[in-house]
Amino acid sequence: MSARSLLIALALLAAGCATNGDPRDPLESLNRGVQAFNDVVDENALQPAARLYRNVTPSGFRDGVRNFFNNLDDLYIGANNLLQGKVEQAMGDLMRVAVNTTLGFFGVIDWASDMGLEKHNEDFGQTLARWGVGDGVYLVLPLLGPSTLRDAAALPVDWEGDPVLVHTPVDERNALTVTRVVARRADLLGASRTLEEAALDRYVFLRESWLQRRRSQVYDGRPPRERPPAD
Amino acid sequence: MKRMLAAALALVAGAALAEPLAPDALVRDVMLDIQRFIVTDKDLQEGDRAKTIRLIEDKALPHFNHVGMTALAVGVHWRKATPEQKKRLADAFRTLLVRTYASSLSAFGNQKFEFRPLRMKPGDTDVTVEVRVLQSGAQPVPVEYDMEKTARGWQVYDVRVGGISLVVNYRTEFATIVRDKGVDGLIAALEEKNRSMDAPRADAGK
Repeated sequence: MSARSLLIALALLAAGCATNGDPRDPLESLNRGVQAFNDVVDENALQPAARLYRNVTPSGFRDGVRNFFNNLDDLYIGANNLLQGKVEQAMGDLMRVAVNTTLGFFGVIDWASDMGLEKHNEDFGQTLARWGVGDGVYLVLPLLGPSTLRDAAALPVDWEGDPVLVHTPVDERNALTVTRVVARRADLLGASRTLEEAALDRYVFLRESWLQRRRSQVYDGRPPRERPPAD
Repeated sequence: MKRMLAAALALVAGAALAEPLAPDALVRDVMLDIQRFIVTDKDLQEGDRAKTIRLIEDKALPHFNHVGMTALAVGVHWRKATPEQKKRLADAFRTLLVRTYASSLSAFGNQKFEFRPLRMKPGDTDVTVEVRVLQSGAQPVPVEYDMEKTARGWQVYDVRVGGISLVVNYRTEFATIVRDKGVDGLIAALEEKNRSMDAPRADAGK
């Protein structure tokens, strides 16, 4: 088969896929399977743990835990802002770490936000996007949830930059990781209930929300208007 | 008496002639008004569903163009729908949005809003009003209201929370259902969804 006929065959295949579902999600049936698995884990382990955590801790305590873990992220967020050429934001992130780690007792109190130093959201996937790397196909990762090919490829870099995941000794790292996962899931209990109520098809709804949210994050909340779909 | 009546009439006429409330002022008034109701009402804080739904219907809905929103969400299939189908679609979508909104409204009480300056040229009939919800320890969440000027004042036709557009979200979902089951299938799915949300749930009150 010549290169040209191969190309034509691929184009036809791609077109065939596109008419069957969302062109951004050619692996939909696989993704749906992974999401079903994730849902089972979520319902039977994560959600019960998150509810327990929410029910036995006062909200001030949970604020402290949330702030503590968020503070650990800020240095790496700053590094990504720097890689994207956003020097001013990177300086803000550095200031946040300095203020919150000292005055805020190792990050437990977020004084920086009260001082007007806003928290940012960055990771290496967003940095790659700013460098011009496209989304790639939509992926649902086991245990980690919605992602794209680009963001999944960027994850190992995020893991290296995560103070919790590179922490030693290992038993402390594991305890910190579990606490963080449970605490973050607890923060999302309300959102996941809204998802249940709003969605006709949870999979499609979550995919669409996640892709839109991601696009907004890449453009720091100011994505260019998309052209309305041609009809 | 006659003079008073004339004065009252003049006032009414004046109000009707005046420009409608500016879109950013309208959003601020409505949001703060709703927040005031929640802060002062224990039933609303505890998630009294019927009362919450009534509050949304009274305060927020008059400013939403729900037929326009439904048309945008249904997309290309809207034009092919009969008037009867359109009405049922718009009613069912409206109900779904109110119910969904109602379940997250109690959190509204203790949030701080930052109303962003509106960028609008004189004569604009389509603007985006931006409000940021501030929360300590987390990134502020932007909420954007796309609004258009109508005979009934400025009306919302899409809302984006954290960059997620309500209309775009439902458009993808609706398109899949219409493709598989047609417009009547979409109506049935929406009405079924609304019925299931009315049914008592095992974890009610949580």
